[in-house]
Amino acid sequence: MTQRPAFVPWFVLPSVLTALGLMVAMLTVLQYSIRAHIPGSLDVGGYTLDNFQDLYKSIYINAFVTTAWLSIKTAFFGLLLSYPLAYALVRTRSGWMKSTILIIAITPLFLGEVVRTYSWIIVLGNSGFINSALLAIGLIDKPLQLMFTQTGVVLALVHVTMPIMVLMLATGLSHIDPAYRRAATSLGAGPVRAFLTITLPLSLPGIVASLTTAFAWTFSAFATPQLIGGGKVSTVATLVYQLGFSSLNFPFAAALSIVGLILTVLLLAAFKWMTHSLQRVGAH
Amino acid sequence: MTGSQYEKWLGISGRLLVVLILVFVLLPTVVVTLSSFSSTSVLFFPPKGWSLRWFERAVSYNDFKQGFYAGLIVTAWASTLAVVIGTTLAIAITRYEFRCKRMLEAVLLSPLFIPHFTIGLGLLMLVAQLDLGRGYPLVIFCHIVLVLPFVLRSLFVSLHNLELRLEHAAASLGASPLRVVWTVTIPLMIPGLFGGWLFAAILSFNEFTASMFVTTQATQTLPVAMYNYVREFADPTLAAISVIYIAVTATLLILANRFLGLGRVLNVEASR
Repeated sequence: MTQRPAFVPWFVLPSVLTALGLMVAMLTVLQYSIRAHIPGSLDVGGYTLDNFQDLYKSIYINAFVTTAWLSIKTAFFGLLLSYPLAYALVRTRSGWMKSTILIIAITPLFLGEVVRTYSWIIVLGNSGFINSALLAIGLIDKPLQLMFTQTGVVLALVHVTMPIMVLMLATGLSHIDPAYRRAATSLGAGPVRAFLTITLPLSLPGIVASLTTAFAWTFSAFATPQLIGGGKVSTVATLVYQLGFSSLNFPFAAALSIVGLILTVLLLAAFKWMTHSLQRVGAH
Repeated sequence: MTGSQYEKWLGISGRLLVVLILVFVLLPTVVVTLSSFSSTSVLFFPPKGWSLRWFERAVSYNDFKQGFYAGLIVTAWASTLAVVIGTTLAIAITRYEFRCKRMLEAVLLSPLFIPHFTIGLGLLMLVAQLDLGRGYPLVIFCHIVLVLPFVLRSLFVSLHNLELRLEHAAASLGASPLRVVWTVTIPLMIPGLFGGWLFAAILSFNEFTASMFVTTQATQTLPVAMYNYVREFADPTLAAISVIYIAVTATLLILANRFLGLGRVLNVEASR
């Protein structure tokens, strides 16, 4: 394998071109972020650091805090709901159950953010499903305000990220050798103990992968916070869009994106470091 | 409580939990389906009367028709090119050494954590600065970049599971490396290739956030057209098109499950 056949460069070339395109696009964001905005024009002026100074305004700081919170909450609650499904999907012996769980759990993945967000508007609205049901059985006298709140946005975002989390968790769980669990059970461990000491630690890589993906997806979610938050819940994504397409201030949108990207990378690195030390503690 | 009673109780509560989560997943789908047959143009739940008028409007609305065709063009090109790019790279990465291999892999996997709006914004500003138009090539390139990580992951798995001995056998019988790839490796990868392509096609057809930045009125895909509709109108037309979406997708998935074994394609089958 040390000798490299002549076709290898041709196999690598398309990927190199794609990677170059992506890198140049990211450099363009960086470059725009240090250019001056000319009001009313799409062209940019000279080099400046003003865009980053403007980011200190509370509206932008708040957007960062909101986005990070939404992402953390979504990843956490998504994991709580996805793990049992992934576990049941991998462990069930009935083929019919397996197909049913698989179809129900992953169909939403194929529906896209817009369809799912719209469905949640009908569920959460003042004359929507939840409020009609609660009013009908007399639990509440007036509709609960769920639309335009963080709770509503998190509910919908959890639903949006669940399918990919179930898939990633199930992939991890399906590659655990059942012999380990059988060994624990035959040595006298009950089902809960076998789960906590064998299955859960061994599925940790799947958990980390799914949390990371859920976090990144939520961070970049646009339709859900925009439509369900309705301007009351500002995230980095909704602000970037507003700045770009309503104010046509692309340099500032670029600066906001860059800081958002740095924040994502930092949070993901911190998360990776945390799980890494957790795994080492677990190994002892 | 005895051990067996405890286990029985545990089993029942586990099943109940799974059923409740499935209800949560299904809830919006059921609600949107009921709303789509509503006869009133204001969304009430439960609907006050029933009609099919929103379905008629959904299939005749021009932006949706155009968005559907634009989406098909983008998806067909993007998913196919992503599979070609992904396959050649996956083979080169797993079988050969070359310079900057890790870096190339890292750059191409980075869209997994770079927010989609950043990628869309970057590509939009790039074509603006180079004075290239915002046509189909821009949208297709954007989608290739976004789906490639998923394609690569699924191809790495299928290459990892291949019997290397078959390739060695072909090589020792005198086949050139290219011939080994073409007649042994790629045919053995077909299920993985199909799985990767399907995944890429679905993600691309549904991609919204980045598409919002890189599409124009002429190239807007179906999710973008749908988003613009919700912003302008509040009637249940979108519920009707959502139901069509859900019905078609569920049917495709049930067929894929029956004939391909969805668990195998998605790599969630339990190891035996």
